[in-house]
Amino acid sequence: MNKIFIIIKREYLSRVKKRSFLILTFLTPVLIAGIYAFMIWMMLKDDTESRTIAVINESQLVEPVQSKDFTTFKYINDTSFEDAKAQMEEKDYYAILLIPENILESKTAELFSYKQVTMEVKSEAGSQLRDHIEQLKRSKIIAQAKMPDLEEKLAATRTPISMKTIKFGEGGEVKQSSTEIAMAIGFISSFIIYMFIFLYGVQVMRGVIEEKSNRIVEVIISSVKPFQLMMGKIVGVAMVGLTQFIMWVILSGIIISIGTAVVLPGVDMDSLQQAKTLSELPQGAASLNADQLKMAQDLLGTFDFGYVAGILGAFIFFFLGGYLLYSALFAAVGSAVDNETETQQFMLPITIPLILAMYIGFAVAKNPEGSLAFWGSIIPLTSPIVMLVRIPYGVPVWELLLSMVTLIGTFLFVTWIAAKIYRTGILMYGKKVSYKEIWKWLRYHN
Amino acid sequence: MAFFEAKDIVKQYAGHKALNKVSISVPKGSIFGLLGPNGAGKTTLIRIINQITGPDSGVVLFNGNPLVPNDITRIGYLPEERGLYKKMKVGEQAVYLAQLKGMNQKEATKKLKVWFDKFDILQWWDKKVEELSKGMQQKIQFIVTILHEPELLIFDEPFSGFDPINANLLKKEILELRDKGATIIFSTHNMGSVEEICDHIALINKSEKILDGPVDQIKKKYRTNTYELTYTGEFDKLEQVLNPDFEIVEQQKGLEHNTLTIKLNNGSTSNELLAQLLPYLNIVSFSEIIPSMNDIFIRVVNENKKI
Repeated sequence: MNKIFIIIKREYLSRVKKRSFLILTFLTPVLIAGIYAFMIWMMLKDDTESRTIAVINESQLVEPVQSKDFTTFKYINDTSFEDAKAQMEEKDYYAILLIPENILESKTAELFSYKQVTMEVKSEAGSQLRDHIEQLKRSKIIAQAKMPDLEEKLAATRTPISMKTIKFGEGGEVKQSSTEIAMAIGFISSFIIYMFIFLYGVQVMRGVIEEKSNRIVEVIISSVKPFQLMMGKIVGVAMVGLTQFIMWVILSGIIISIGTAVVLPGVDMDSLQQAKTLSELPQGAASLNADQLKMAQDLLGTFDFGYVAGILGAFIFFFLGGYLLYSALFAAVGSAVDNETETQQFMLPITIPLILAMYIGFAVAKNPEGSLAFWGSIIPLTSPIVMLVRIPYGVPVWELLLSMVTLIGTFLFVTWIAAKIYRTGILMYGKKVSYKEIWKWLRYHN
Repeated sequence: MAFFEAKDIVKQYAGHKALNKVSISVPKGSIFGLLGPNGAGKTTLIRIINQITGPDSGVVLFNGNPLVPNDITRIGYLPEERGLYKKMKVGEQAVYLAQLKGMNQKEATKKLKVWFDKFDILQWWDKKVEELSKGMQQKIQFIVTILHEPELLIFDEPFSGFDPINANLLKKEILELRDKGATIIFSTHNMGSVEEICDHIALINKSEKILDGPVDQIKKKYRTNTYELTYTGEFDKLEQVLNPDFEIVEQQKGLEHNTLTIKLNNGSTSNELLAQLLPYLNIVSFSEIIPSMNDIFIRVVNENKKI
């Protein structure tokens, strides 16, 4: 029908041309880029801040901690703790590290400061002390054993193991997979769907209420079928949402890449270099960076076309399916009330399954094979969100198909029901509508 | 010949009957008044004509053929609950509504500009609807209703909310449309407002049609042969001089004139009455009391109640 396109066009253009849409569309990527820039800045800032830590070494250990990067350890063994404390401000000590005489037995050292000590300083000092003591003890044992080359032999026994997770594909072929990445992809995509359903479902509802309270609805449905008006609105709003989403992705990408290229050209290379060197160390303060690097490597390993295309396809399907299902319900709610404040009692049955779906999603991420995961991803009110969490882990084809068919079937059924409510509701003014009333509407024919 | 016909329309909502075997027949080129109090079922009938809702039983014939979905392009409907998108620009919105009626954008724009010019609102084309006064919004609604030159026009409570100047403008345009060949259905509970322009009427009360026909015939049928006479002078013993066929309904004394309401029974004529009164009274005016639609309605409703 030609008329439904006219409606879609109006619904789309009237929203896209709104100032609030433009502001939100262009400001959000700036915000995202801003947060991204802030994170980079924070990371670099931490690395470049020089700190001097006064060390009072009462033990037999000889300079167990060494200055490294921007952290300087200054030994002031002759100074008493009280004096050191008094000098802190004057000498610009960040903290005082007190290594007690009996550290070998007590296994405890103390770090004093006025501010909360950063993780880096704490782990740096701790790991250096530990390494030093370990080395000391080992040397002693080696010396007692009187075995030549023992040191080298022991070193050779150190075998760092990297766990690669490999998944069997449908055809028996093996695929490298990453649990962390699967989890991240699942969460991000299901959260996008959740947000989209909420934001744009409510927009559909508002649109319906607007038409009703403007009293324009009867003018329009004397020209088109109520169903056409409802679907036109749902599809139009969906396209607005897709436009916004695509714009966000593109704009954030552009801003971030321009930002990284222009603002941080040299620095970025440095930090990358640093991350690389750190990742080669068995331990280190920058373990986070090492993890990230490992994740990036995993991602490259996981990046096979079929896998990504599958996830993308499922994303689009459940994205649209979930949105259409819920927005039909939102439209029905909008038609049943006179203004937005009355929507509350009808919103609850819509928002509860949505929020529940998100919680099930969290649980499913830990155990993507359980019965909760199965039912959550089959029941259509939760499946768009729960299934997306599961998909990156791999879902049997029959389950996927069952879920999709159920979703389509439910969507058709719910739209049919919603259209019935809508058709009666939009012409009903000044009446406080109850569930009982809506039940009556469902039994009206035509 | 009936241009539009509804036969034995029944529409039931849970718990109550909105229409019970209602039939109307609208002649081509006439102005048809669908009258009745609020809640009688007028709007339900109109929604059935506009295919917003369907009848449970009964047939609707449009130009002799059963109503089909495409007929909506031949009908123009101004609902009682009418409005516009507030945030949309006037011209854009009018074009949109015209497109939904099946017109193409170019044609709609061209025709709209002519009408906007005629109604003196062309300068508002690019303004948002919320900036317009209510009267101007009503003009736009009216234009949009008739723009696609429908053969059947339906106005539900058209004058409610119109100021007298715009109401007159509307009346004038409607009569002009009728003269050009359009058939018009008016629905209102305010019977006085349309009786002067309607050719035919149907009275609906409590979901049932209780009266219909040409306005002049109905009025003839319900005339009561009652006359009103104003006079000066004093005369208290009228009953004694008047023929018993002349029933005095009311006698009132005023400051300047006195008023007398007399009903003529048993085929007596007004001339005979005047002849009898002339010797005694100084007559100022004399006229027949013609029942208003409202009076007729109340009478018919009461008669129906007795049955």
